Amino acid sequence: MKYTEDDLEKELETQEYKYGFYTDIESETFAKGLNEEVVIAISKKKNEPQWMTDWRLEAFRVWEKMEEPEWANVRYEKPKFQDIAYYSAPKEKPKLNSLDEVDPELLDTFKRLGISLDEQKKLANVAVDIVMDSVSVATTFKKTLGEKGIIFMPISEAIQEHPALVKKYLGSVVPTTDNFYAALNSAVFSDGSFCYIPKGVRCPMELSTYFRINEGGTGQFERTLVVADKGSFVSYLEGCTAPSRDENQLHAAVVELIALDDAEIKYSTVQNWYPGNKEGKGGVYNFVTKRGICENNAKISWTQVETGSAVTWKYPSCILKGNNSVGEFYSIAVTNNHQQADTGTKMIHLGKNTKSTIISKGISAGHSQNSYRGLVQINSRAENARNFSQCDSLLMGNACGAHTFPYIEVKNKSAQIEHEATTSKIGEEQLFYCNQRGIDTEKAIALIVNGFSKEVLNKLPMEFAVEAQKLLEISLEGSVG
Amino acid sequence: MLKIENLQASIDDKSILNGLNLEVKAGEVHAIMGPNGAGKSTLANIIAGKEEYEVTNGAIELHGEDISELAPEERAHNGIFLSFQYPVEIPGVSVTNFIKTAINETRKAKGLEDMPAKDMLKKIREKSELLEIDRKFLSRSLNEGFSGGEKKRNEIFQMAMLEPKLAILDETDSGLDIDALRIVANGVNKLKSKDNAVIVITHYQRLLDYIVPDFVHVLYDGKIVKSGDASLALELEAKGYDWIKQELV
Ligand SMILES: Nc1ncnc2c1ncn2[C@@H]1O[C@H](COP(=O)(O)OP(=O)(O)OP(=O)(O)O)[C@@H](O)[C@H]1O
Ligand SMILES: [Mg+2]
Repeated sequence: MKYTEDDLEKELETQEYKYGFYTDIESETFAKGLNEEVVIAISKKKNEPQWMTDWRLEAFRVWEKMEEPEWANVRYEKPKFQDIAYYSAPKEKPKLNSLDEVDPELLDTFKRLGISLDEQKKLANVAVDIVMDSVSVATTFKKTLGEKGIIFMPISEAIQEHPALVKKYLGSVVPTTDNFYAALNSAVFSDGSFCYIPKGVRCPMELSTYFRINEGGTGQFERTLVVADKGSFVSYLEGCTAPSRDENQLHAAVVELIALDDAEIKYSTVQNWYPGNKEGKGGVYNFVTKRGICENNAKISWTQVETGSAVTWKYPSCILKGNNSVGEFYSIAVTNNHQQADTGTKMIHLGKNTKSTIISKGISAGHSQNSYRGLVQINSRAENARNFSQCDSLLMGNACGAHTFPYIEVKNKSAQIEHEATTSKIGEEQLFYCNQRGIDTEKAIALIVNGFSKEVLNKLPMEFAVEAQKLLEISLEGSVG
Repeated sequence: MLKIENLQASIDDKSILNGLNLEVKAGEVHAIMGPNGAGKSTLANIIAGKEEYEVTNGAIELHGEDISELAPEERAHNGIFLSFQYPVEIPGVSVTNFIKTAINETRKAKGLEDMPAKDMLKKIREKSELLEIDRKFLSRSLNEGFSGGEKKRNEIFQMAMLEPKLAILDETDSGLDIDALRIVANGVNKLKSKDNAVIVITHYQRLLDYIVPDFVHVLYDGKIVKSGDASLALELEAKGYDWIKQELV
């Protein structure tokens, strides 16, 4: 009864996706394919003003001329962009004041995901804006937030109700021309969230959005825009789980954060899209553009726990434009079976005394490939910029890979840059030690992985940290015994 | 409590234990001594269920039941504890979190609920005082950056927390300074009762001044070649192992 690395590997791959189901909510879906008419139709469907339609069309025309990027350390069958339906919405779009009005089937979905809104409301003081199949169906806590002047609503509504704000900031951090997926998103995004925190206001609760993909074959193009006005603070949570599906699903979101002078934005993500089965079939392609800009003395922290998706391509970044601004990136990326992740961050130092911290924890199991790709750029006028980067990889078994691609560009001599990297393996000695203390192998792996990820888990808001720990366990658990 | 008969074990076709017999009864303390590479740690690991070793012959019984098919964690649940010669590091997992998990997993295996936090805390306080362990120490990552002596003291702390039926201490004394040796040995003595047993693996008489053994065994070349009372340890300390080796030829 020898326990080898091969056994360990087998244990790790036998775990099936826990949330493999989807609900039968009646949906309205556009015919597959993308052209100017479709872009216009999406815009019309949403009753958008002309400037928004034009903005989308401009993005579409740019996208048409762009090539899909190839530089990431991932391999996959390219999505057929004309084979995707670009709009899908529940047929009725109810305006709801309370959970009682929510479609019971939908509520059941959330229950099966282990996310009871009621419980969340009570326990976590979280306002949840649920995005299901591209359309928001429930918005809670609007009132409490409204009293503080905080705007938190689906972006489609914000376009109607706060056009000036949206027009000013949309695309200001991630321009429509930024990259292939950002351009595509700009052309066809169907919904997402908008958040505005007025001057000097501390948002009294964590803002949260749960994204779901639910309609077979629909790509999902979410758009999130968070604006923290001078001296304000907000903590924003984004989490997702996707139902099991055989064909690949494309997800290309754009998130833009704007932290004006002295403001702080904490943006936390727990990502659990369907990773595909253990042969690597199916699963979500997650090509996300996330970027924030910091004005003077502002701070943006990205914290992410990535356990899902077949292919992940994601680099939450900070443009440290203002003097004394601070950018942080804390990441845990888990890959198992045939998952591939190429993720990291960009810290662009423009202002004086700007500071950035990067802590990346990659955990690879099975036949997966896990890459960290990070850029630290110190521009010529960024006096006394500082960066600290730490990239740790944990390997399980012999078939997986961990890669680190740090890029450092320094154009100012006063910069101080530190980079540390480690690679370790869960050893049989560690497992035996745990076993000897009465802890079985599955629990031991969870314990070791949680320990390895601790510095990042500690950065998550409490209620999210618990969920994230559970997710780490689920995504690595086998069927021991 | 523990009965080992004609135990033969090997690794990668290299035979390490060659027909070893040992019986330990409740309430007893056994010391195992023997030269480097004799197979002492191997024996401890095999009792604890390390799967790397192939048991080619013989039987291990705990409380009259054969345990050879049990996984290491099941043996632990049945009351076997091994204080490792070289404890491993688990970064990011605090001593407290680790021992809490160990206790609750053991309870779960017995169909019990998690230990209430209040009781856990009380127990941690009690046992850390017994072993004169600073509370701050307990929030550090398990064995990470611990000195040799700290690692050993931490092993005994875990033993105190888990209250095993059969404790095997593999060179727990090595690395301990004179005061620590006394503290740890006193700790072990306090945990001793008529219902549990201790196997002490050591190279030095020193530890046996504190933890007085009922039996001393010499393990040589994968077998127990000589057994006696506490005085055998003194004799070994004075004369080394050569005379035993000579007796064998
Ligand atoms: N995993 C292993 N692979 C190969 N050989 C091993 C392994 N474990 C033990 N051995 C060998 O088995 C023999 C017995 O080792 P063991 O560690 O049990 O000795 P010991 O009596 O505890 O010695 P010491 O007093 O030095 O601690 C040694 O020759 C050792 O090299
Ligand atoms: Mg040894």
